[in-house]
Amino acid sequence: MTSDPPPLAETAGDSSARCDTVRLDVQNLVVRLGDSGPDVVSEISFAVPAGEVLGLVGESGSGKTTVALALLGHARRGLSIAGGQVRLDGLDLLRLSPGDLREVRGARVAYVPQDPSAALNPTRRVGAQLTEALRVHPGTVDDIAGRVQEVLGEVSLDASPAMLRRYPHQLSGGQQQRVALAMAFCCRPSLIVLDEPTTGLDVSTQRHVLDTVRSLCSSYGVAAVYVSHDLAVVGGLVAQVAVMYAGRIAEIGATNKVFPYPLHPYTRGLLGAVPSVDRAEVLTGIEGQPPRPGRRGRGCSFAPRCGYVLEACRSQAPEPVLIDGRAVRCVRAADIQAAATARREAVVTSPAAGTPAAGLSLRDLAAGYGGPSVLSGIQFDVPAESCVAVVGESGSGKTTLARCIVGLHASWTGDMTFQGVSLPGGVPRRSREQLKGIQYVFQNPYTSLNPRKTVGQIVAQPLERFTGLAFRERVERAARVLQDVSLGPDFLSRYPDQLSGGERQRVAIARALVVEPELLVCDEVTSALDVSVQAVIVELLRRLQREHHLGMIFITHNLALVRSIAQSVIVLRDGTMVESGPVGQILESPKDPYTIQLLQDVPRLATDGDRGGDEPCR
Amino acid sequence: MTAAAHVPPAARPAPAPVRRHQWLATLRTVVRTPRGAIGLGLALSVTLLAAIGPAIAPRSPTALLTVPFAKPSSQFPLGSDFLGRDVLSRVLAGGWVLLVMAVAATALGIIVGAAAGISAAYLRGWTDSFIMRTVDVILAFPQLVFALLLVSVIGPKLWLIVLAVGLSHAPQVARVLRSATLEISERDYVKAVELQGMRPPKVMRQEILPNLISPLMVETGLRLTYSIVIMAGLAFLGFGQQPPAANWGSMINENRIGLTLNPWAVIAPALLIALLTIGTNTFTDAVARVTIGVDRRPEEAALVDDLGLQEVK
Repeated sequence: MTSDPPPLAETAGDSSARCDTVRLDVQNLVVRLGDSGPDVVSEISFAVPAGEVLGLVGESGSGKTTVALALLGHARRGLSIAGGQVRLDGLDLLRLSPGDLREVRGARVAYVPQDPSAALNPTRRVGAQLTEALRVHPGTVDDIAGRVQEVLGEVSLDASPAMLRRYPHQLSGGQQQRVALAMAFCCRPSLIVLDEPTTGLDVSTQRHVLDTVRSLCSSYGVAAVYVSHDLAVVGGLVAQVAVMYAGRIAEIGATNKVFPYPLHPYTRGLLGAVPSVDRAEVLTGIEGQPPRPGRRGRGCSFAPRCGYVLEACRSQAPEPVLIDGRAVRCVRAADIQAAATARREAVVTSPAAGTPAAGLSLRDLAAGYGGPSVLSGIQFDVPAESCVAVVGESGSGKTTLARCIVGLHASWTGDMTFQGVSLPGGVPRRSREQLKGIQYVFQNPYTSLNPRKTVGQIVAQPLERFTGLAFRERVERAARVLQDVSLGPDFLSRYPDQLSGGERQRVAIARALVVEPELLVCDEVTSALDVSVQAVIVELLRRLQREHHLGMIFITHNLALVRSIAQSVIVLRDGTMVESGPVGQILESPKDPYTIQLLQDVPRLATDGDRGGDEPCR
Repeated sequence: MTAAAHVPPAARPAPAPVRRHQWLATLRTVVRTPRGAIGLGLALSVTLLAAIGPAIAPRSPTALLTVPFAKPSSQFPLGSDFLGRDVLSRVLAGGWVLLVMAVAATALGIIVGAAAGISAAYLRGWTDSFIMRTVDVILAFPQLVFALLLVSVIGPKLWLIVLAVGLSHAPQVARVLRSATLEISERDYVKAVELQGMRPPKVMRQEILPNLISPLMVETGLRLTYSIVIMAGLAFLGFGQQPPAANWGSMINENRIGLTLNPWAVIAPALLIALLTIGTNTFTDAVARVTIGVDRRPEEAALVDDLGLQEVK
């Protein structure tokens, strides 16, 4: 990395001048299923001035990616753009012929996809891919090679010939995403649409990419739409935020107003669900799930999950009301504004109750997959009835650690004892008691449940081998455990594909709990879930740990989650422990530089109005 | 937990949309597609004809009734064959054995092939190498040649033909199911039951097999088509039911010398074989198309859930 990024902030024009020009103006955008099916998204209207970033946030299924693609005049297969306008500097992109649209895409409207490793062509060199966009749109730039050099500098990448000759797989994830950003910016577009561009990146890389996006947009007067499910990321980046729910914008306004004082009940719920790295708080999720297109009914889509619901909400969809400088699609926005902002309840973390001897203890554990070792020198205790969080970025070896503990990965060295008895490696060599005592909850609830079995069969299955219960008793026990994870007995006969992600993960937790284990290993159990569901699951685990006197290993990449659930933390980096200790100590006064960096880079929610990016332009 | 007392006994589960037999639902969807309806219609009508044929044949299929290769007449609607037998009666009588043998050979091939393929993929290691190398050896022979080899060594017994054709299907079925199983055995739900210490045979039977229904259905249809063709081909070559029994395959061979005199003696059996195989093949194709949609990978299912596409369709 030789070239420093150019001083972007200085090149930016006078901010009041650029605020006058609305670059992107979206009016009443509607996208339907098929040609005449139900609306997937509707009544989408917003405007983005030059140099500003609009955050489009929402949970999976809210329609945010559909809107993002519609800004490029594109609809996914099975969908069609049925109405509305997308005006870019006055030109309506939805009225263009396919040929004209092709001219505009890439040159004036650019797109940065979610997964750069899938977006870059693996068989072509980076340099060739970068020049491609410039060649496709002749006339945008005279000096192609010079522009490539320049744009690589802008995204803080080394512009040496060696770099240009590399293939995408020779770059790190962060570098790949920078190349994708460079490709998007190279034709100097007026609008750039970023679809969760930092989702796959670890926090430090994510922060750098976000800084790059922000400075590029403001210095070149580019309007940007940033799609994300991560409220904390958006909070630190954008001036204006639009919260989407069930295909509509629930609340839109300046970030430094919306985030500290949300007025739509959904926004409130969403913000209440975001864990904080600075405070240990009880997370409040949103129960239920958003209605699907075609099932949204006449009333407010959020009414079934809303704590502020009135009778009127169920019969008539609310129109957006302007209040406190923002548009809120809720009839009770004024009531909510009048009510005091509720602070979240603080969590009282009790010290570990059990003795180390009764729990799991690892000494000098090392593991690998035949080649170089993935884990080495791992050494910690999980006392009975206490929760230890293992935190690390992708590739730190945290999943391998989990698999060693539960017995899925057998080639490790060192000592592992559970309740004072040595644990052998691999499932076949462990006793039935040991297998029963340590239960594992998988990361992805979409792959951990057999789609051909009912929930009842899945949850009762472990009892067959671990207990001598008769069929009827097994099913009754399964029903009881399902109730423990807040699922009714009618779930017994459902199939996994009839459940939402959160419900699936509850079933997976029930399957682990049904044999009454002593230790629960939770491997990134919330990473595949939405933030509102994540909060519900984390709270559920916290309650279950207390009620069932469980020991727990909570593996996560999200430092903020650790705060409210664990008593102690282990920070993993490249397969070794860099720091460990009680949760408060590690998060408040970390010693290791890596932990300090990690904590600094965690995106924080701008609830105090001080980190809301630039003042919005109106 | 006082709430536990209110849990109704699970022997009476709440009425939820239960789909005990998903393959039935799949079949229903398949039949609703034009491709599936046409395929099933063709295959079923030929099967029906072959099944009731022996009973409704107007004359004895083996009696010599008129001059060889007589043109169609009111007495013999499809004319006569090379020995002067009634072609219509022989066509009606000559399909049933062929069909039963084809179905039996298909069933044998699917069972043996699936067992081999699933075990190879799930057990890995030595078992995998042994099974797959055996498969490679058998695959080195063309299917028809393999069947001919067995039949010409041991003799044209009907059970042997079924065995030979069935076994010649097994390697290809094993290949397909091995690759399908490789993917499924890496899924977390399989790992979850392994963590319970479930034994491999049970894992394969309970966790893996039910998730292979769509490749199995497609494979069955495809193999049935091939069985019919190979059976007919063997009969054409003289291995099969021995004269004077009527058989569609041998009829084509017997009567081809008189093609110019009475073409119907060749066209009628050939047409029925063609309609039957086109029918089974089209139907299989429809099944494959539907199951690709129905049997999505979990990630895709998540995506579809997101958009709610499933519901609206």
